[in-house]
Amino acid sequence: MKMIAPILTVLAAIVLLWYAGSVALNAKWTYDQAARAGEDVTISQLLSDTMSQKRPVLPAPHQVAQGLWQGLAGQAITSKRSLVYHGWITLSATLLGFALGTGLGIVLAVGITHSRAMDLSVMPWAIASQTVPILAIAPMVIVVLASLGVTGLLPKALIAAYLSFFPVLVGMVKGLRAPDSMQLDLLKTYNASQGETLAKLRMPSSMPYLFASLKVGVAASLVGTIVAELPAGATRGLGARLLSGSYYGQTVQIWSALFTAAALAAILVGIVGVIERITLKRMGMA
Amino acid sequence: MTAAPVISARGLDLTFETNDGPVHALKDINLDIERGEFVSFIGPSGCGKTTFLRCIAALETPTGGTLRVNGMSAEDARKERSYGYVFQAAGLYPWRTIAGNVKLPLEIMGYPKADQAKRVEKVLSLVDLEGFGKKFPWQLSGGMQQRASIARALAFDADILLMDEPFGALDEIVRDKLNEELLKLWERTQKTIGFVTHSIPEAVYLSTKIVVMSPRPGQIYEVIDSPLPRSARPLDIRDSEEFLQVAHRVREGLRAGHAYDE
Repeated sequence: MKMIAPILTVLAAIVLLWYAGSVALNAKWTYDQAARAGEDVTISQLLSDTMSQKRPVLPAPHQVAQGLWQGLAGQAITSKRSLVYHGWITLSATLLGFALGTGLGIVLAVGITHSRAMDLSVMPWAIASQTVPILAIAPMVIVVLASLGVTGLLPKALIAAYLSFFPVLVGMVKGLRAPDSMQLDLLKTYNASQGETLAKLRMPSSMPYLFASLKVGVAASLVGTIVAELPAGATRGLGARLLSGSYYGQTVQIWSALFTAAALAAILVGIVGVIERITLKRMGMA
Repeated sequence: MTAAPVISARGLDLTFETNDGPVHALKDINLDIERGEFVSFIGPSGCGKTTFLRCIAALETPTGGTLRVNGMSAEDARKERSYGYVFQAAGLYPWRTIAGNVKLPLEIMGYPKADQAKRVEKVLSLVDLEGFGKKFPWQLSGGMQQRASIARALAFDADILLMDEPFGALDEIVRDKLNEELLKLWERTQKTIGFVTHSIPEAVYLSTKIVVMSPRPGQIYEVIDSPLPRSARPLDIRDSEEFLQVAHRVREGLRAGHAYDE
């Protein structure tokens, strides 16, 4: 409970800065409007106007909060204006992509730890893949897949997987190599096969590394999905919501979608964290 | 008829190639270990005692000479699962219970399920850990963990037990107790034991044969057959005249082998 005060202080400071920012950034519009009408602007008018513009440069916190509330609870969750609806579209692609990416990462990591050839041939490509800006790749993947008749969930999930397999791969390679030489020698004295060593020693030993990677990976999946929703005129998902917001200057809508995405990421990472704690505790590794 | 030795080394050599040039770890090792013997290897660090034990276990490959284990090459003996190996650290899996850890070699070697449970129970009682099967390693003291690792090495049918400073990390009181138990266990199981240590009292107390080694290059300086009785060695035998004489011989051997030079 001692931590409450500092946490609230930081939060209050952020909100205050945000208000100050929105007054400063939105003031120009207020002054322009007043000048056109030939009126003067008092301080109190300035404050109330900058915080309630319809299309502010930077919406005030309470406007975003209102937009969020409207989007989350103010509509039927099947409505096109519901953030729950768009959030679910994004979440489903995120989860599919996360599963695909995690699977791919683990499979590649197992290959790399068992084959020197794979270590030398796959790892550089995996690293290179992450240096390509996802914003450049995503539209191409979407367009190419669409021309093959694949649309909807899968193309987005593939982009999410493209981003999330990498942290899992790196973490699992480290994790599968975590057992020390004594533990490997012990299994050698049993004449254990590589498969048995993998199943009984390497896999369990890699769990702490896996979970650390999963946390990064699930957040990367969400980013990948949102980026994949930006191009090609997608109409559903948080990414589409961001894009249409920016087309029509609906900054409140943009910020509401951003906050929904951030909250979604926090929830996903939190869920992975809870599973991590339970699993590692049960494995005696926490 | 005289039985063939369980372990037999002739002119064994091992040179490690390192970045600083070759290191002569073992030089011309000749040694026979008979069935049921308790053989200790003692010497300063760098004398090759652990390396020799690892050669017997086929965890290292000698670069010269011959080594027969159970009448086979060391590599074949490893594949036949001829020995149990106890390391300096217990190395139990934290995600397995004590019983689960002891069961590990049985699972890998494909023992039937029902047999596994029976064997786990039997070896846990051999090392005085009845009732601890369901505990996890972190719930046990260091000495108990090491006993569990010994149980793990005893669980399957290997008649050789190789131990690499198994009690080196434990305090002396625990160590004494485990030494006493190890002797009882050896008597009951009739295994052939190879035991690496750098404690003179431990070597003398446990062994029927003490191999004194000297460093640079690692070689056998002297093999001392213990005159102490094979069975019935209470802890206070270590105050007897005979014991002190053997300990003295070992220390002289170590000194003559330049173990105390630095």
